[in-house]
Amino acid sequence: MNLVICLLATRHFLTAEQVRRAVPGYEADDGTDRAKEAFKRMFERDKAELREIGVPLETGRTSVFDDEDGYRIARGDYELPAISLAADEAAAVGLAARLWHSAALAGAAEGALHKLRAAGVSLDEHAAVPLEPRLDSGEPAFGACFAAATERRELRFDYRRPDGSDPTPRRIHPWGVVARRGRWYVAGYDLGRQAPRAFRLSRFAGRPKAVGPAGAFERPEDVDLVAMVASVAPASEVTARIRVRAGAAEGLRRAGKASADEPDLIEIPLSDLQALADRVTSFGVDAFVEEPPALREAVIMRLRRLAAMPDAPAEAGPVNTQDGKP
Amino acid sequence: MSASADRVPRLLALIPYLLAHPDIEISSAARDFGVTADELREDLNLLWMCGLPGHGPGDLIDLSFDDDHVAVTFDAGMSRPLRLTTHEAVALIVALRTLAATPGLVEQDAVSRAVAKIEEAAGSQAQAAAAVTVAVDGQDARLVVLRRALEAGQAVHLTYYSAGRDARTERTVDPMRLLLVDGHWYLEAWCRRAEGVRMFRLDRIEDLTQLDEPSQPPPEVAPRDISGGLFLPSPEDIEVRLRLLPWARWVADYYPCQSVVEDGDGLLVTLRSSDTTWVRRLVAGLGGAAQVLDPPALAAEVAEQARLALAAYDTPVNT
Repeated sequence: MNLVICLLATRHFLTAEQVRRAVPGYEADDGTDRAKEAFKRMFERDKAELREIGVPLETGRTSVFDDEDGYRIARGDYELPAISLAADEAAAVGLAARLWHSAALAGAAEGALHKLRAAGVSLDEHAAVPLEPRLDSGEPAFGACFAAATERRELRFDYRRPDGSDPTPRRIHPWGVVARRGRWYVAGYDLGRQAPRAFRLSRFAGRPKAVGPAGAFERPEDVDLVAMVASVAPASEVTARIRVRAGAAEGLRRAGKASADEPDLIEIPLSDLQALADRVTSFGVDAFVEEPPALREAVIMRLRRLAAMPDAPAEAGPVNTQDGKP
Repeated sequence: MSASADRVPRLLALIPYLLAHPDIEISSAARDFGVTADELREDLNLLWMCGLPGHGPGDLIDLSFDDDHVAVTFDAGMSRPLRLTTHEAVALIVALRTLAATPGLVEQDAVSRAVAKIEEAAGSQAQAAAAVTVAVDGQDARLVVLRRALEAGQAVHLTYYSAGRDARTERTVDPMRLLLVDGHWYLEAWCRRAEGVRMFRLDRIEDLTQLDEPSQPPPEVAPRDISGGLFLPSPEDIEVRLRLLPWARWVADYYPCQSVVEDGDGLLVTLRSSDTTWVRRLVAGLGGAAQVLDPPALAAEVAEQARLALAAYDTPVNT
């Protein structure tokens, strides 16, 4: 605290030794190496702590005759610019700050509110309507991915594919971090595969690492990160026709529309055959594929596998002891 | 400077805060900073010993106390708060942009004005927000109707599609709260038909009407604590154990599991559910990539359903 006040008050760069004399709390110089070492350690720690919380600590020399770097804080860089919010704007900011529930971002939002209040903004967090929105980013990899995307540094990580094969190392230029349906992804250019790719943070094995210098790449201007993550399938011209039992398979009815003259014949635009086959199979006897034949085959294959599964699994015995139950 | 990690930012913000709120009550200031009044008093005692180099009587921060009120008489140059950090700027800007993408919740005009002002105040830090995007279910007319019903304190009538039971039902409910969880909006409400608190996912609500009668959830019901997730297992749930083949491993990411254990390249998971129909449909939809280990009756049912469905295609079971 005293260090900040001191460095804010000076227009000249103060050397470490000058800081030591000006700021109480630092080990006084009694000529011993021990005292010198103790001061050096403490000063280094304090500088790191201030930079950590965003204090713009400048280093430099006031004149060419100085033989040692000094420190100061430029007031213009330190101070939050003037800001005033109308009541409805303040309400929006108050609600926005409540969107985060994970420690890292909720803490950051809270810190921002403290500063805005200190700047004289009046914020009433009490919402008129009971709302509980949360965008959460409880992923441990979030911080590193976000930092690498912001600094435009190469990011390396081991990625587990959904099929459970061993994690493979990936190198990407991260363009951004995206949340979709509550799941977080990092999207960017995969240097190994030479193509844009999105990766789910929950499938990272271990912590990602940023390597190399900042500003290593440019983010393409027109890139739509959400679309990359959604990997939207192109519209299809094939229509699947599924016959459903009267009064059943609401889920399929909602996905398509009933044919004009038969309310139980549902027409669904076919974009992802495997996904639709999974869906139809999930409705069991309540859904029957009329066409196309490929979808029909895919469903029959699934049903055969399900029908062939043993009623009482032979391996069930030993499994009991290793399922992690207390 | 050996204060705890979040104390230094608070100490730095405190003097400008007190300047902006002259003679504020210590307890209100403590509330604004999310600390106890005693913690805030300790902060003030520490600040009192801080000041400009020289540390003579005229150099130190000076505060005046009047009962439980406090004011700054000398600020030692600490008149403005510190700039927003990158993380602070991103947390606010991304959240505001998310609100802007969700019409009906707050006044859009106010949100865009707020974004512009925060971006300006954050300066270069605001650019970092471009690296984070949140996609939510946007443009939902139902959100507007429900927000109005909550504001007016009125009940609503709705038709709801329950994916778990694959059924459409009509209900009159007393709205309690709107929630955004994992990218989906939910209405938490007292359901008069079920006589219990229920969560309704907004994109599964059809035919929503605000009724001309007051919303009256029974006084003893409270909004649920969702910090542990939206769907809490209940003691009545049945326990289902599944073996997942490698390409069904995603199930463990997707649904809350009681336990997850590696099993070769696959996984063994335990789920709890109040609804075996839902589990049966989940397993069937995995088309053989998941096997029910327990309860055995459920395993038998899955296989039996598949045989019946196959019969419709007129295909022999064993080919």
